[in-house]
Amino acid sequence: MNEQALRITMGPVPYLWEGTKWRDFYFGVADSPVVDAVTLGEVVCSKREHFIRPFLDEVIERLEAAGKEVALATLALVTLERERQLTRQVTQSERLVEANDLAALAMLAGRPHHIGPFVNVYNGPTAELLARQGARRICLGAELPAQSIARITAAAPAIDYELVAFGRLPLAISARCAHARAKGHTKDNCQFVCGEDPDGLDVDTLDEQAFLTINGVQTMSRHCQALIGDLDTLARIGITHIRLSPQDCDMLAVAGVFAGVRDGRLGGAEGTDMLRAIYPAAALSNGFIHGAPGMDWVAA
Amino acid sequence: MELICPAGTPAAYREAADAGADAIYCGFRNDTNARNFPGLNFSTPELVEAVAYGRARGVGTYVALNTFMRAGDEDLWYRAAGDAVAAGAEALIVADMALMAHVAERYPEQRLHVSVQASASNVDAINFLVSSFGARRLVLPRVLTIPEIAAIARNVNCELEVFAFGGLCVMAEGRCSLSSYVTGQSPNMHGVCSPASHVRYREDGEDMVSELAGFTINRFGPGEPAGYPTLCKGRFHIAEDDGYAFEDPVSLDVMNHIEALADAGVTALKIEGRQRGKAYVAEVVRRLKDALNSAPADRAQHVEGLRLLSEGQRTTTGAYEKKWR
Repeated sequence: MNEQALRITMGPVPYLWEGTKWRDFYFGVADSPVVDAVTLGEVVCSKREHFIRPFLDEVIERLEAAGKEVALATLALVTLERERQLTRQVTQSERLVEANDLAALAMLAGRPHHIGPFVNVYNGPTAELLARQGARRICLGAELPAQSIARITAAAPAIDYELVAFGRLPLAISARCAHARAKGHTKDNCQFVCGEDPDGLDVDTLDEQAFLTINGVQTMSRHCQALIGDLDTLARIGITHIRLSPQDCDMLAVAGVFAGVRDGRLGGAEGTDMLRAIYPAAALSNGFIHGAPGMDWVAA
Repeated sequence: MELICPAGTPAAYREAADAGADAIYCGFRNDTNARNFPGLNFSTPELVEAVAYGRARGVGTYVALNTFMRAGDEDLWYRAAGDAVAAGAEALIVADMALMAHVAERYPEQRLHVSVQASASNVDAINFLVSSFGARRLVLPRVLTIPEIAAIARNVNCELEVFAFGGLCVMAEGRCSLSSYVTGQSPNMHGVCSPASHVRYREDGEDMVSELAGFTINRFGPGEPAGYPTLCKGRFHIAEDDGYAFEDPVSLDVMNHIEALADAGVTALKIEGRQRGKAYVAEVVRRLKDALNSAPADRAQHVEGLRLLSEGQRTTTGAYEKKWR
C-alpha cells in the first residue's frame, strides 16, 4: 500500500468545448503547482474528437514539460469501425493509456496501462486480473461504497487506485444521443449541439426538481461529487490519486482547495464552502462512498 | 435461430418449456442475478428440477449470474456458479470478468455465455473475452444496428445472442448507475433498477404522479395509463420542453427483422421479462415460436397480438435501426 499523500489528477474534459478553450484549459493545468497528473482525450463521443485533435500534441508537450504525468484516455463506448480505429490509434501511443472499454483493454494487455472508470471493477479478483495484464492504476467507478473500495485495494495492493473526487459523475452512456434529441436532431445529424452547453444540459423533473445532466450520449449526475471532507477516508481505504473531473468553473481553484485540505492548511468544512463558491451551479454530493444514493450529501 | 425465453419462477419455466422455448434462462434467488426482485427466481432444488424438466423436453437451461461480485462476498457468486454447474445448467451467463475467470478455471467444460451486462460491443472486446475465458456465446448490448451486428459476427469466433422482444434498456447495459444515484441500488451491484421499494404513486388534482425516491418520473393526465417509473423512461423538463428525454415508454420488438438478424449471423434471439407472469411468458413464447417457424409474409399476424401485451402498447426496434440514435 502506498503511504504517500493523495496525488491530484485532472481528468478528461467530459464536455464538448471549443478546441482553443480546451487547449487553454490544459495550458492552465500545466502551470498549476498542485496537479500531479493529467488524463486527457475524448471519452464520450467519437464525433467530437476532431475538435481537440489539432491541439493535442502541443497540450501534451506543455504538460510534460511542466513535469506532469500524462495519460491518454480512450472512448467509453466503442461500436463503430471508426471508433475501433480511434481506440487502436490511442492505444498505439507510446504514452500511458487509460482503457475505458474492453476493446482498449484487449489492445493494452501485456504492457503498463491505466484502467478508467468505465471498465467495471467491482471486486478484488477483477483488480488482480487486470493488474496481471499490466494495469498500474485503476480509476474506480463512481457507485462503489468505501467498504468495497477498501476490499479491492487490499486484494490487489501493488497498484494505484484513483477515484473521482470532484465533478459531475458519469452515470450512463447510450447509443442514442439525448442531447441531440432534446434539440430536435438525431445523433447522425447532431450539428454538435452539445457544444452549446459547456457544462451539460439540465434535466429537471416535471415538478421542477433538479435531476440529471445530459452531455451528448452520456448522462451525468446533476449534483457535483465533492469528496473534499472524505480525503482521510480515501487515503485509509487505499485510494492513491484523486481525480478532478473538469466542470465549466475555475478548476485550478478547485485543485487548490483539494491540495489545501489534503495538506491540512484548510479544514474540510472550509474547503466545502470554498467549492460551493467556486462552482455554485451544482449542489454537492458524496453519497456513493457512504453507501447512500449517489446524490446524497453525507456530512462529515 | 434459437429462441431464449425468460423464467422468473418454476411455473413460468414449465410454461415456457411447454410453449416451445429452445432454451430458458433463469437465476438464483439472491444478489447474483440481475432480476433480484421479491417473489422471483429459483432455489437450488428448484433449479435442479427445472433443468430436469427442460432436459426431458429438449430445452436447455441457462443460469444468469449477471451481477458484479460484491467485494469481499465473492463466495456467494462462486457458490452460485458451482450450484448451477452441479444442477446441470447448459450454460452460465456471466458479466463479471473475475467470475468468468473462475468458471473457466474451475469448470473448463462448462459452457460460458457473456452477459449483456459485460458491455462488450465490438470485435476487439468480444475476441478478448473469448480468448481469455473461453466464452462460447456473447449477448450483445442494445447499442448496435443490424449491419453493425453483421460486421461483428464476421469477425468473432463465438455465437451471438441478441434481445428481440420485451423491455428495452436505453443505456448501454452494465454501464448504468442512474438507479443507484437516485435510490442507492443498481443493476450491477444489486440486480435491480428503479426498485419498487422506492416507487410511489400519488394523485395531484386530476393527475396521477409516479415517483422514484421522491422524484417525479412521470405525470399522467385523466385516462392516460400510468406506467412504472423506470427512471430513463420518464417525462422530464429539458431544454424548455417537457417530454421523454431518453426514451418513450416503449418496448423492444424486432420480430419484423428476423431474416436480417439471421443473415447477420445471429445464433439466438432473447426475450426479456423474467419479472413477467407465466401467462405472459407462455403467450409470448408461443407466438414468437410460431412467427419464427412461419414464412416471412405470415409472420406479422403472429406478432400483431403481442403488441397489446407490450409496455405502453407501443414498440420500437431500438438501436437495431440507425434512425433510433
